[in-house]
Amino acid sequence: MNRAIVRRITPSIRTWRSTLKTFCSDTSEKLHGSHGDKAVTDSTDNVPQYDVAIVGGGMVGMALACSLASMPLTKHLNVAIIDSNPALLARDSIKKEDAPDPRVSTVTPATISFFKGMGAWQYVQLHRHAFFDRMQVWDYTGLAYTRYSARDVGKAVLGCVVENKVLQRSLLSCMEDSDVKKKIYPSRLNSMTLHKSSLISGTDSISSKPSGSLAKLNLSNGDCLYAKLVVGADGSKSHVRNLAGISTTGWKYPQNAIICTVEHTEDSRCAWQRFLRTGPIALLPMGDNYSNIVWTMDPQQAADRRSMNETDFLKAVNDALDDGHGPHPQSERMGGGGILAWLRSDETSSASEPFEVPPRITKLASDRMVFPLSLMHANNYVSKRVVLIGDAAHTVHPLAGQGVNLGFGDANSLSKVIAEGVAVGSDIGEMTLLKRYESERKAANIAMMAILDGFQKAYSIDFGPLNVLRAAAFHGVNYISPLKKNIISYASGEQRLPIFT
Amino acid sequence: MASKLLLSQLRNITRPTHHRLINPNFIFPLKNQTLIHSRPYSDAPQPPPVGSKPPPTNADSAPTHKKISSSLNQAELAKFSAIAETWWDAEGPFKPLHVMNPTRLAFIRSTLCRHFGKDPYSAKPFEGLKFVDVGCGGGILSEPLARMGATVTGIDAVEKNINIAQLHADLDPGTSSIEYLCTTAEKLVEEQRKFDAVLALEVIEHVAEPAEFCKSLSALTVSGGANVISTINRSMRAYATAIVVAEYLLHWLPKGTHEWSSFLTPEELVLILQRASISVQEMAGFVYNPLTGKWSLSDDISVNFIAYGTKNTE
Repeated sequence: MNRAIVRRITPSIRTWRSTLKTFCSDTSEKLHGSHGDKAVTDSTDNVPQYDVAIVGGGMVGMALACSLASMPLTKHLNVAIIDSNPALLARDSIKKEDAPDPRVSTVTPATISFFKGMGAWQYVQLHRHAFFDRMQVWDYTGLAYTRYSARDVGKAVLGCVVENKVLQRSLLSCMEDSDVKKKIYPSRLNSMTLHKSSLISGTDSISSKPSGSLAKLNLSNGDCLYAKLVVGADGSKSHVRNLAGISTTGWKYPQNAIICTVEHTEDSRCAWQRFLRTGPIALLPMGDNYSNIVWTMDPQQAADRRSMNETDFLKAVNDALDDGHGPHPQSERMGGGGILAWLRSDETSSASEPFEVPPRITKLASDRMVFPLSLMHANNYVSKRVVLIGDAAHTVHPLAGQGVNLGFGDANSLSKVIAEGVAVGSDIGEMTLLKRYESERKAANIAMMAILDGFQKAYSIDFGPLNVLRAAAFHGVNYISPLKKNIISYASGEQRLPIFT
Repeated sequence: MASKLLLSQLRNITRPTHHRLINPNFIFPLKNQTLIHSRPYSDAPQPPPVGSKPPPTNADSAPTHKKISSSLNQAELAKFSAIAETWWDAEGPFKPLHVMNPTRLAFIRSTLCRHFGKDPYSAKPFEGLKFVDVGCGGGILSEPLARMGATVTGIDAVEKNINIAQLHADLDPGTSSIEYLCTTAEKLVEEQRKFDAVLALEVIEHVAEPAEFCKSLSALTVSGGANVISTINRSMRAYATAIVVAEYLLHWLPKGTHEWSSFLTPEELVLILQRASISVQEMAGFVYNPLTGKWSLSDDISVNFIAYGTKNTE
């Protein structure tokens, strides 16, 4: 969400502005003076033209740019990245001794192969990152637990936990090392106009200009540019989405998430998630005895826990992970339920693993941040010359670590669709081409969102029979291996839709 | 590939050493063929049989400015002139063409990249090549070809189409270099223009004399150049789908867009191209999947088909 945080342009950026002077400087004075975004009708047209303008240089926007840069069919496209975050232009690297940032993401194996395909994963490996190959999920009732292992599906890892800034920086480095034509505009998008070309009336002066039907973007620092395709990768409060008039469906969850980095006694290649009455707490290993905590609870408790002192907070965390709120589940040693004994022959190795208590947290290693959670889905992902990817198109609950992975899936799919369009010489902003991206991703995203929302609702009710039902579900998943394998494949991104395909 | 067997059979009967004066029909009772040389339902003049004296139409097409447009069909021109404004409306009467366009461009890209020896992964593989799109209409085919790097000339006999095409091409700097002319293939032949590739997609079923048209196309091609022609097969299935379903049931096309009698079968097309010194190398069909709403290339040439041929080197 770095990309959604507005940064004022500091004085140091003004020196960048002078070096990044565009030809639009005289029209920028006009725009400042007239306070408007009237279409500039002078015919000099020294406004730079780009093929793709990516608004938002966060992880997903950069992933799209990097992916376009890595494919031979799209390497030649002019790409403009519009983001006011000064970190994009800063050339300092991330140092190893930096404290781990609490903003992390769990990347699935599908995303890892996407990165490897672009040649960006080698940059991620230079910084702190941690693979995990096991996962344990249980809840406060202590009735059951589920353990997942990468070996169940014959893979080496279930995922990797990487800091967001590392991902962003790796993508940027990967792009810079390729010779693709790109330009970073350190500014925010103010407004956008799409010239409607009418061929019939023939009275427009616009239709006779070469850039008649392109999208024109006006930035807050006065720059303007034309683009054939505008990609909205600017986060859940997407300005591009508002300008394009795309409505959304969704609701706020009555929960906020606290995130922070903690240190613990021993390292484990295991991710832990416990569902409490108010929401899940997840412990994700980051390497070097650090872990990231994502703890969901209602807004009042979140505010309290954020402001309490460190010792109290650590005690609360250890309670949440250990046996506060409820007992430990019993490890199934004999039988695992006589009912399910007939499935033993196909059992996954993790079904016989006992319940493990997560490591004890010893120290808080970063600030605590609180974020509100909501479900949001844009009703359309595309509009004339505009397409949305990442959080601009959909946001989900963090309980399964899928949010940014859906975004990376969008970037992957969009870059492939753009490549197909270039291969047959189409105009990349054409609706028919963009609709192909939408139909591919909408189904997958909606399926995932429905499942995650279902989980969130199922776990937010504390009601005896429902608790037992949930425990049965935990047991079922743990011991019915085809189901477990299916869940792992789906969550790893290897499978697009959650049905047995 | 599609109809390789068919093509080889046809090559057998058209090889110069086999001067058969008997009707070839008795040798190959082809399935959906009546007579190869006759078009019983057509009101166009019959092409002459093989091996007889030089066809009478040659005398007519001696270059005189009055009778140049020998392959134009005035009724067809009027049909297209009436709906000219809707060329670029992707939901209008030309929607099927828009939807089919990427599929036929995929075939064109693949065959022409192989023909000219270009890198298929390049973004602009046709850089430096001169193409002509005969019967370009609103430029639906010319624009993507120009974006692929070719120097494109688009010609059409309907003036309105050329105007629309020019206006639309000027909107994108990548396509504003297309040369649009309101002229015919025969006139271009007179101007002695030559192109590396001559494309006439979905045109030949609208011309009055396909054989003459093919000769003009061939004259426009440099020796060793490529030709791509697409049309609809004159088969029962094509009648059912392209005319009954598309025009009368689904209203994809305005009624009367196509005349079944003007369709050509793949065998006829191969033969008239052969006589125009173009040897057909590959043929493919387009099929429409109603469930996904997508067109795809296939070996099924019973409805829409596209042929790629090379001009024989002199």
